[in-house]
Order: sequence, then structure tokens, then C-alpha cells
Amino acid sequence: MGVTQPLGENIITTSLDSLVNWARKSSIWPMTFGLACCAIEMMATGAAKHDLDRFGIIFRASPRQSDCIIIAGTVTKKMLPVIQTVYEQMPEPKWVVAMGACACSGGIFDTYSVVQGIDEALPVDVYIPGCPPRPEALLYGLMKLQDKIANEKNSFGSSIGLGDRLEPAA
Amino acid sequence: MAENNRAVVKLKERYADALLEYKEHRGEVTVIVKKESVLEVLKFLRDDLRYNFLSDLTAVDYLGQEPRFMVVYNLLSIPNKDRIRVKAPVTEADCSIESATALWNSANWLEREAFDLFGIDFKNHPNLVRILMTDDWVGHPLRKDYPLQGPDREPYKGRLS
Repeated sequence: MGVTQPLGENIITTSLDSLVNWARKSSIWPMTFGLACCAIEMMATGAAKHDLDRFGIIFRASPRQSDCIIIAGTVTKKMLPVIQTVYEQMPEPKWVVAMGACACSGGIFDTYSVVQGIDEALPVDVYIPGCPPRPEALLYGLMKLQDKIANEKNSFGSSIGLGDRLEPAA
Repeated sequence: MAENNRAVVKLKERYADALLEYKEHRGEVTVIVKKESVLEVLKFLRDDLRYNFLSDLTAVDYLGQEPRFMVVYNLLSIPNKDRIRVKAPVTEADCSIESATALWNSANWLEREAFDLFGIDFKNHPNLVRILMTDDWVGHPLRKDYPLQGPDREPYKGRLS
């Protein structure tokens, strides 16, 4: 007799983490949100030549549909509350990419009106240096974010009440 | 030379007691007038000498000098294709000047900017609130004694210090 296989070969088994992380990292939808010259490079990265779509990265026009925010440019103190509101409107899980010197550290703008790095306000996952970073650098940063997502442990399970989230080793 | 400039000649005739100084540098004529009569002078320049366009209004902080501030009006005569710069000294103790919005509506936002960044009070301005900095900002950042990196941070003393 043995086990009958009504679905034939059309079935695979995997862990929940692998499935969820694969789905998440293959469909990072960033918020359409640019602040300064880095936004121009971000647009170039999204356009035909570098083509973010091939990573499943599709810019969304609403924070409600986004799971990633690329801080592309200089964050002024006047703009910070707006960014925080947009970030709070994004559904979990969500990731933050600090693109360029200004978003990482304030850059050349060591002055009263500029936030000295977006990590003062938001939890940053990936820092991309450069002024501005080339599209290749942004692509590499987003691939690093994909690696980070792929290594998450029980992030989905903990959100539906199955145990605790485990922090991956470095 | 500035003495031969038509506007300077007329101003010397009519506002001799208000005219503090006039000079020409590289073809640019500047007249410095007392702040009490600046509106009168601007009105005369606009209506009689046809400097009809206020191309900029701003301020300068000469920290350490008295009077400390200088409000600057850059006028352009569109019919005569001519420019003139009018300056009015403002002291720190009485940091106010009459608003030019009565003469040019375009002075509205320019005066708000000068108020925001220098703290100069423009009297009779219709809506003198901050325009660039946030509403709850403390201080006026373009003043020379405002700390460059903000009041809440240690000032930068150089990379090797």
C-alpha cells in the first residue's frame, strides 16, 4: 500500500521561516519617498537600466502598502516629524535603509537644522555610504537587506503567537 | 560716482536729514537711511523715481558693531532698467523697523524670513510668524552669535582638537 500521493510530485516541504522570509525578501516594497539628491540616484536605480523590479522591489505610493523606507537624503529637523509619521503608518514588518552620508550621519551638514543621522529617530537596518551612493551601492545595500530578512528567525511565528522571535547571530 | 546718481541727487534734496550715507561700488549704488524714514524714502523711490520692483529684502548681522543689524532693500526700476540698494540700520536694543508690506505685497514673506532668521520685528506686518524654521523653534539661526551646530550640542572645535 504505502502512502498515497494525491498531489503527485507537486508538493514540497520547508520550514515556515524559509517560506516567509523568502516571500518577504522577494517582495520588498519601499515607500516612494525622496529627500534630496540621493533620491535622484534612487530613481535611477528604480528605472530601466538598473531595474529594481527584478528583485521584486516595487515602489509604492502609500506607507500602508510599504514595508521598507529608504531614507534618501538630508533629514532636516523640520522634516523629521513627517518621516516619523510615515514610518508609523507602515505596517509591520518594516525595514529602514539609510541611503547616503546625510541619512547615515548628517553628512556635510553638521549644523543646527539637520538631524545627525536618521538612526536618532528610526531603527536603521542597512547603512549605505556615499554622497550620493551609486545605483550599484543601493542595489548592494538592498541585497544586504534581503540577506538580513532571509536570516530572521521566527519573525512570522512570533507575530501570530507561536513562541518568541530569535535574534540571528550577528 | 554716487553723487551724480539721479536717485541720490533727489534723495539729497528731499531727505537730507534722513540720508546717512551713499556710496557706489562697481556700479551698484547703495544709500543708507535712518530706519524711521525708510518707508517714506522707499515710497518716494517707488512712486517718483519708478523703482517699482522690490527684488529682495533681507538683513545683515554685523555682530560687535553698533548698530548691529542692517535691513537691506534691493530695488529694481523695470521702466528705467536701473537698480538701487537701500539700507537701514537697526539696533539690537530696539530691534524693529516699519514693515514694507504697505508698499509691496512681496515684502510679506521676505520680512517673515528676516524675522525668522534674524529676529527683526517688522511693525504693522500682517502675519509676522516664522516661515522657514519650525513654529516652536527657539532663537534666530542667522544671528552671528547663534551656535552653528545648535544650542543643544557641543560646538565643533576642529578634527584635531
